[in-house]
Amino acid sequence: MSGLRGRLARGERLISDGAMGTQLQERGLLPGACPEQVNIEHPEVPAEIARLYAEAGAHIVQANTFGASPLKLSHWGLDRRTEEINRAAVQAARAGVSRSTLVAASIGPTGRLLEPYGDTDPEAVLAAFRRQLASVYAEGVDLIVIETMTDLAEALLALRAAREIDASMPVAVTLTFEPSPTGFRTIMGTGVQEAVQALSANGADILGSNCGLGSESMVAVAREFQTHTRLPLMMQPNAGLPVLKGDTAVYLETPDTMARHAQQLLACDVSIVGGCCGTTPAHIRALRAVVDGRPLRIDRRPA
Amino acid sequence: MTVLAQLAERLQQGDAPGVAQLTRAAITEGVEPRVILDSGLIAGMNVVGARFKSHEIYLPDVLLAAKAMYAGMDLLKPLMIRDGIPSRGRVVMGTVQGDMHDIGKNLVSIMLRGAGFEVVDLGKDVPPERFIQAAIESNAGVIGLSALLTTTMPGMRRVVELARERQLQGKTRVIVGGAPLSREYARDIGADAYCFDGTSAVDCVKSIFGVS
Repeated sequence: MSGLRGRLARGERLISDGAMGTQLQERGLLPGACPEQVNIEHPEVPAEIARLYAEAGAHIVQANTFGASPLKLSHWGLDRRTEEINRAAVQAARAGVSRSTLVAASIGPTGRLLEPYGDTDPEAVLAAFRRQLASVYAEGVDLIVIETMTDLAEALLALRAAREIDASMPVAVTLTFEPSPTGFRTIMGTGVQEAVQALSANGADILGSNCGLGSESMVAVAREFQTHTRLPLMMQPNAGLPVLKGDTAVYLETPDTMARHAQQLLACDVSIVGGCCGTTPAHIRALRAVVDGRPLRIDRRPA
Repeated sequence: MTVLAQLAERLQQGDAPGVAQLTRAAITEGVEPRVILDSGLIAGMNVVGARFKSHEIYLPDVLLAAKAMYAGMDLLKPLMIRDGIPSRGRVVMGTVQGDMHDIGKNLVSIMLRGAGFEVVDLGKDVPPERFIQAAIESNAGVIGLSALLTTTMPGMRRVVELARERQLQGKTRVIVGGAPLSREYARDIGADAYCFDGTSAVDCVKSIFGVS
């Protein structure tokens, strides 16, 4: 439906959007509140965030569906409204952007630990992803981004649910890694090569990483991916690691710094570059300039 | 191989039925419950902790070993209560108010239980007063606070202040951890310790209770 696969196959480089959570917090999301409830109560808020990212140059905006699996929504007793919340998120993203902007559904972890090491039945997780994905699919999205996954088993369940719905829907799976003495690994111990093999074998179209690292480390992750796969890569770093200023954490990586590393990401054949926690429309604007081959405008404002 | 050495080995493999069976065997042989716990279960868990720390194994292995540990603990607990054997120490754990993230806190709770401590898990979104109340009621030596959101961290300061107001210093230590935290932040709010991860939380609680 989107021709995204074709665009990637032609070697087109695309920019995804920046952070949703930190943008929602700036607009009054309270600690402990459900970040996806805004979709049904104030859809103009996620629509505005999508608009700002698209205006900054994002080719792809992600709907505010990261934590909208019924398992996660049940924290707030909102699981009964799963369909409504997911559909409203996709509608809001569409409402904020022009027809040429691709709208992706973001699928985040359920927040449960799977059996045998945890206490949650993998079937329950699969059922939750199926329900969420059916909702976003019914509303119509161009891409599914399964992201911030640290348990490969959970990522594979989400991938399976996505594949079942529509074999032709492009699906990206991006994991969160941390450095270890034996290379980048998720907190569950999965390395890049193992992730690449399992996700490729199960039909992921796009692989990569998001969150957990700033853009400089993300370049190193991309290099590792590049040695193991020829699938298109998607990398969405944080604006650095959070630094505490008093009681608040701030992300200090400037759009300029991120843009410099984005050039290296593109050199590693990364197809889609975007931002995770702490990134703003200004970061996305800087990333778009890199893809367009425009000279970097040095941002000298203090962070 | 002695039954205790086998027990430690099965525990490292995360073999819960095996651990239960060997614990039962040790009890039948007349081994003291405290010895089964220390030289079997905890000895095995210490190896798991060390291998995890040196990146030889990863979280799923630790979690499986902890599950196996529970299988043995469930059998020993009634005997230890019967014999009046005190636990290694009691820890009140929770994710601070406003924060719904509990995986990190759950992992630390599992690892603390795996190290033989009693954990009173208050869950997530826990108001400051509730930590204090639970620590007093359960006579806990440690309150462990977790936060994932930077916006909920001020709740940690409040717990430290309340502990001081209720004169718990010296009796109950407050330790903190979570992705956005730092040693500096812990010092700034007056917490007794900052724990970088689950393993360091276990080490920290061990040193507070003076056990190895």
